[in-house]
This record gives sequence, C-alpha cells and structure tokens, in this order.
Amino acid sequence: MPLISVLIFIGAWSWVAANVKVSFGAVPGPTAVWVEAKNLWANHAAERLNESEFYKRQAERKKEFLAQNSGGEWKQRNYAGSPTYIDQIFTSLKTVFTGFIIAALVAVPLGILCGLSKVFNTAINPFIQIFKPVSPLAWLPIVMIMVSALYNPKEPMFEKSFITSAFTVALCSLWPALINTSLGVATIDNDYLNVARVLKLGWWKKVTRIVIPSALPLIFTGLRLSLGVGWMVLIAAEMLAQNPGLGKFVWDMFQNGSSQTLAQIMVAVFTIRFIGFFLDRIMMVLQRAVSFDAATIR
Amino acid sequence: MAFLELKNVSKGYGSGAQRAEVLRDINLSIAEGEFVAIIGYSGAGKTTLMSLIAGLQRPDEGSVTLRGEAVKEPSPDRAIVFQNYSLLPWLSVHDNIALAVDEVFSSWPADERRAHVEKYIAMVNLTPVRDKKPGELSGGMRQRVSVARALAMDPKILLLDEPLSALDALTRAVLQDEIARIWSESKKNRRPHHQQRG
Repeated sequence: MPLISVLIFIGAWSWVAANVKVSFGAVPGPTAVWVEAKNLWANHAAERLNESEFYKRQAERKKEFLAQNSGGEWKQRNYAGSPTYIDQIFTSLKTVFTGFIIAALVAVPLGILCGLSKVFNTAINPFIQIFKPVSPLAWLPIVMIMVSALYNPKEPMFEKSFITSAFTVALCSLWPALINTSLGVATIDNDYLNVARVLKLGWWKKVTRIVIPSALPLIFTGLRLSLGVGWMVLIAAEMLAQNPGLGKFVWDMFQNGSSQTLAQIMVAVFTIRFIGFFLDRIMMVLQRAVSFDAATIR
Repeated sequence: MAFLELKNVSKGYGSGAQRAEVLRDINLSIAEGEFVAIIGYSGAGKTTLMSLIAGLQRPDEGSVTLRGEAVKEPSPDRAIVFQNYSLLPWLSVHDNIALAVDEVFSSWPADERRAHVEKYIAMVNLTPVRDKKPGELSGGMRQRVSVARALAMDPKILLLDEPLSALDALTRAVLQDEIARIWSESKKNRRPHHQQRG
C-alpha cells in the first residue's frame, strides 16, 4: 500500500512538472531532481578531492620551504573552497542539536520543578502561555541583535549566524519539552509518591529515584516533539540568519534563479524531510528504551 | 498500655454539604504480636483506616498512637502493602526491594544489605525472577514482591490493605497460606492483618 501511494505521488508530480511553466523554465520532474541530487553529490566528492590535493601540495611546499631556509616561519593556510551540499547538511545537524541540547537542559529541570510545585508552576505558567505561540521568525531578529551585542570575542569559536540559529531553535523547541515534562511529573501515580513517603526518601532521592523515572516516558515524548519543532524552525532560521546549512542553501538557490534552481531546492526539501523523519525515529527508539510501558509508543 | 491505639478517630473528605464522613469515633487498641483482620463492605473506610495508621493521612479528630507516641507521618516502622501493590514499574524485583532496604538500613555495609535483599526474595520464592520487571510478573508474584518489600523493612507493624482482592480464588487461597507462613517464618511478632473476605 505505501508503495502504491508513492507511485501515485510520483505520477502526479511528473504530470505537474510537464504541465506547469514557471518564469525560468519548466518545473523539474522526479528525474531532473534525481539528476540534481547526483550532481550535488558529485560536487561534494570533487570538492573533497580538491581539498585533499590542496593540503597535500601545501605539505610538500612546507617541506621544501623548511629544507631551503630552516627556522623560517611557515604560514599554514586553510582551504578556501565553498561548503558543499553535504557540508551544509552537517552544519544544519550540528546547529539543530546545539539548539536542542540547550533547550533540553533548560526545559527538563524547569519542567520538573513546575510539576513538583504548584506555586512554581503558577509563577511560570503565564510565561509559557505568552511565549509558546511566538513565531520563530519573530524571535530571530531579537536573538540576532542580542548575539551581536553580547557575543564579540576576538577570536570567535563559533560564527554569529550559528549561535543565532541555534538559540532560535532552542527558544522554539523549549516549550513541548517543558510542558510535557511538567505534565509527566504532575501526573505521577500517587502510589509511587506514597512509597517515597513511607521510605522517608529525601527530596533529591525522591526526584532522582521516583519522580524522574516515572516521568521519563513523557519527558522523552516532549523531547521528541521538541526536536521535530527545532528541525522545522532551523530551516527558517538559517534562511534569515545565513547560517551555512540547508536553509541557506534553499535561500541561495532561490536567489540564484538558474535553470537547475528548482530541482536543487526540491532535493533540499527531500533531504530535510528525510532527516526530519530519521531524527524522529531516533528519538522514538530512545523513548522506547527508557519507557517501562514500551508497547504504547508509536 | 496498648501497642497501637486509635482514640475517637474521625475522618471525612470534602467540606460543607459535600462532606462525606468516612470514619466516626473509631476506637481500637491492638497488642504487640496480635494478628487483626478488619472486615467491611467496600467503601466502609478500610483503606482510609490503613492510611491513618500508616500516617499517610491525618485524622480530622482523635489520635493514633504507637507505643504512646502520636503518628504524624509515614515511616518504615509501619510498612504497608497497598491494594495495588505500588511497585515501581521501572525497577526489577530485586531493585524494588533494594530501594527500600538501602533507604531503611542505610547504615549497614553494602554486602549485608545485599544479603538482606536476597534473603527476602528467597523467602517469597521469587529468586528465579529477581531481575524481571513487575510488568512481566503475574498478579500473585507482584503481590509477593510487595509483601517481601514490606517485610524487608523490618517493620513493627505490617499493614496489608486488601492484598488479595485483585486475585482469583485459587491464587488467593495459596497466597493466604503463604502470608501466614511468611508471618510465622520471619520472627516478626506484630502484624495487624487486614483482608477482605469474599
């Protein structure tokens, strides 16, 4: 059945491709997109070859230089080629995970406190309600300005665009994890808490031995949603922040407007979709691993 | 003076017109080593009475005293086997019991605690499934884990709250005998025992 629906999808796509004209030519069909995907891979391979040859040549020149004038100062140069499509995928993954980890580190402890304490929850809840629906594109300029103002080291370890994108991802993917964690903690079975009371567990032990394990399935549900949101937000953030990942690739291709543009964008769309799907699968496996009622997770 | 004493204990839930009085003027005194069964219809307040003795709830009026001291909060002294066993589903049989033993006997050396845990697992004949999670066990086995955990705490009182009500008649008869056996085997001598017939 999935096979049939995929075939129908490809058929419909080919029909649209054959019948719709856009300003710079035809809409690419499945074949054109596949060709473009192979081109992008070939570019990557060629670029890598160039790079390794560049470093090989440089190493040879360094040997010659040092042989001729020992004690001379050799200046190492980095390869200046542009990032390939594959590089951009990895940049995107790095960015999304950085943002996601920041979000998780903030959201999970905060969620646990919210779930444990009614007072704390009441204090935090208005912020959650107000900030949660804010569009990622509204966060972006704020984050950008804040990063420009606050992050100005002499030798920056990260690009500003990377930090901006990662923080935007973090801000947007915070909420599902936070809400699910606090829900998971607040709805702990009273029996488990009674066990803690009878044993007179201290606060820390109660949290680590009883509260976190029993809330873990919902915590991971939240994290899984968070990563999904983060991945969607990332593409938009990269488009605007010019972080050299998939979002920037799509935006550059859009500005570029050559005859392969649309096909390349479609390759990117497929890549984004598949990576999103695999991230979700990975999280699902993790979720299953930590859950004591694994059968209920789909 | 009685070992465990309830004086004019009243407990109700809700307030105003919604208020439902569950227990009124309960007086009960139990001597050391006594084996007491409390029988009543469902909704009669048996579980509430258990919670009051365990200290999980406080009476609205009257007092619960153990050796003359008022019961204010739960304690491992008064181990309770809950109606639904309340085992932690993410811990194995061994870890469920070890959690209790490690907490109650935190001053003991580690190998002594481990031996203590094994002893109680063996007592309820669960050594073959010591590494299984509660979800993988039958109702009767879960019940025995719960009893073992309570006994391992070395309590002054063992409170059993309808521990057999969720079981079929055959398993119930077997476990009833087993609880009596465990009771006489472990040299504990004080044990109000609560169970529902039927």
